[in-house]
Amino acid sequence: MKKFVSAALAASMVLSLAACGATATASSTTSEAASTATTEGGDAAVGTPIKLGGIGPTTGGAAVYGNAVKNAEELAVKEINESAGETVFEWQFQDDEHDAEKSVNAYNTLKDWGVQALVGPTTTTPTLAVAAEAANDNLFVLTPSASAQAVIETGDNVFQICFTDPNQGVASADYIADNGLATKIGVIYDSSDAYSSGIYDKFKAEADVKGLEIVAAEAFTADNKSDLSTQVGKCQAAGAELVFLPIYYQEASQILIAANKTGYAPVFFGCDGMDGILSIEGFDTSLAEGLMLLTPFSADASDEKTQHFVEAYKAAYGDTPNQFAADAYDCVYAIYDAYVAGVINGDMTASEMCDALKGAFTSMTFDGLTGTGMTWDETGAVSKAPKAVVIKDGVYVLAE
Amino acid sequence: MQFLTYLINGISLGSVYALIALGYTMVYGIAKMLNFAHGDVIMIGSYVVFFAFGSFGLNPIVSVLLSMVVCTILGITIERVAYRPLRGAPSLAVLITAIGVSYLLQQVAQLLWKSDPKSFKSVVGLQPVSMFGGQLVISGETIVTIAACIVIMIALTLFINHTSTGHAMLAVSEDRGAAQLMGVNVNATISLTFAIGSALAAVAGALLCSSYPTLQPTTGAMPGIKAFVAAVFGGIGSIPGAFIGGILLGVIENLSKAYISTQLSDAIVFMVLIVVLLVKPTGLLGKKINVKV
Repeated sequence: MKKFVSAALAASMVLSLAACGATATASSTTSEAASTATTEGGDAAVGTPIKLGGIGPTTGGAAVYGNAVKNAEELAVKEINESAGETVFEWQFQDDEHDAEKSVNAYNTLKDWGVQALVGPTTTTPTLAVAAEAANDNLFVLTPSASAQAVIETGDNVFQICFTDPNQGVASADYIADNGLATKIGVIYDSSDAYSSGIYDKFKAEADVKGLEIVAAEAFTADNKSDLSTQVGKCQAAGAELVFLPIYYQEASQILIAANKTGYAPVFFGCDGMDGILSIEGFDTSLAEGLMLLTPFSADASDEKTQHFVEAYKAAYGDTPNQFAADAYDCVYAIYDAYVAGVINGDMTASEMCDALKGAFTSMTFDGLTGTGMTWDETGAVSKAPKAVVIKDGVYVLAE
Repeated sequence: MQFLTYLINGISLGSVYALIALGYTMVYGIAKMLNFAHGDVIMIGSYVVFFAFGSFGLNPIVSVLLSMVVCTILGITIERVAYRPLRGAPSLAVLITAIGVSYLLQQVAQLLWKSDPKSFKSVVGLQPVSMFGGQLVISGETIVTIAACIVIMIALTLFINHTSTGHAMLAVSEDRGAAQLMGVNVNATISLTFAIGSALAAVAGALLCSSYPTLQPTTGAMPGIKAFVAAVFGGIGSIPGAFIGGILLGVIENLSKAYISTQLSDAIVFMVLIVVLLVKPTGLLGKKINVKV
């Protein structure tokens, strides 16, 4: 036994040494390749490519988001490289299965590869873990969709392209009150999830200000969500006319089914996590009829930018892009804007690039798919206007 | 009336736990091992039903039967490959193997069927029963689950107590060595136990997903653990115990959600479990085992 253990230890040491060697060779080849590219190109514009990294759950329960982000980033990088006629970005995407620990592993993999700026992670809990690491390394993080307040509080290197959760909660309450959707509100949220409870807290505070009455606030946890009928029943018993669901779409689909079984039909109102509910395999989308959600992106918007993006995305991946895809696409283009402005280039170290991007983001105005005239403050929070969409005949339609 | 609705929801959830717990408790009672992969066999069974019934449009009963066949084969294979070679090993090794099998099944399911959740179409065609002028609605799934649970419990009890194979199982559960000396084929008996447990898992999976229709590779994990708790609660190894434990667990969980707090319901459930185990360490119906020193 002892012999076996020592043999195993020895083997693992050899492997780790080999791994070090491999990384060193890999990085040296890349720099060689880069220098040849510079000499061959001749033109002044051709520089070292910037290494962009992406992280998100391409497998696991939140895979819909991760795949959307991955596809959209790939699309944006491809478009930029083609239109620029040179490799502006080199890009790599790692799976984190919506798990904090795996996300940090993914981040380390990207670091070994030599990542200079991170476009990700996709979901909140993993982003919190990765942002803490990135803050230590002073590496720029622009997350498409991790929307918790705590994400940008991690460090001044962390920026969001999506709304911060509190803003989603506040905006939802404002929208419900201003449009007179209901006065008696029920809420069902996931108390074990930072995203969901973050939105709920702010929603509650704003609802009080706006004179909305929360008649039922029910929770579930990640470990206890197979049966949500009691939560629905309590909202029904309390007479809620509108049920606010600051949760992800899987649980929301269960809630819609449970409500349908007992014949309860309030207005259901969700946030960006609701996006994806129409693409659940086997789900009867007629149950989602009339569901409203607050989102900065709607695939049926008529502006040229959105239509171009939706078309290109459909052609490449055979699927209508959701809001996460649009966010991720904007992320890449925002960084590209900074590159075009000459703020960053591929020869910078990750830390130099981070400082340059921090300055660029707080001073620039960006027009993207998910908003025009987007600006960022020093905390990394974005300012843009939300839109409400409603599901009609199985598609999202802008609500008046 | 509201109370009755919550109670019935609780019984419905509890009968699903009970159905899963029957599989746990049978395997534990006879093979003396905790088959942590049981929850994941349920998940596989649910996928089989999902595709057979939802995608290919087979008859619901045929789909469930097909799923039972697949799960039985899977159960026997797992037992043969992962557990039988460890029959003489310490129980801790077997336990860890079982956890390994559980993760293996989850990851394989993720590779095969992707991780995005599927919405499961109910296999129960029964209309909901409405009582007291529509104030109390009992869904068809609830009725079928409770009925299935009672029928299976009675059938299992009869099978074990009144057939020679059942007696062989009892003998193996009491003393494996002595049973072998008396001519009982221990390996075959344990394989049969796994076969029955896995077939039950297929039924449990179909009914679990009919009531709570989100199907993904981790679907079996948490109900599996809850059902294990139910089995311990009722007295592990005891078939009526699993039934009572499951129902009680579901009712306590739902009533504490309804009247105390939706946030704390799990904490309350597990507190009750701790109290029961402190007072009655073998569970509600568990047999007291005297260990000779």
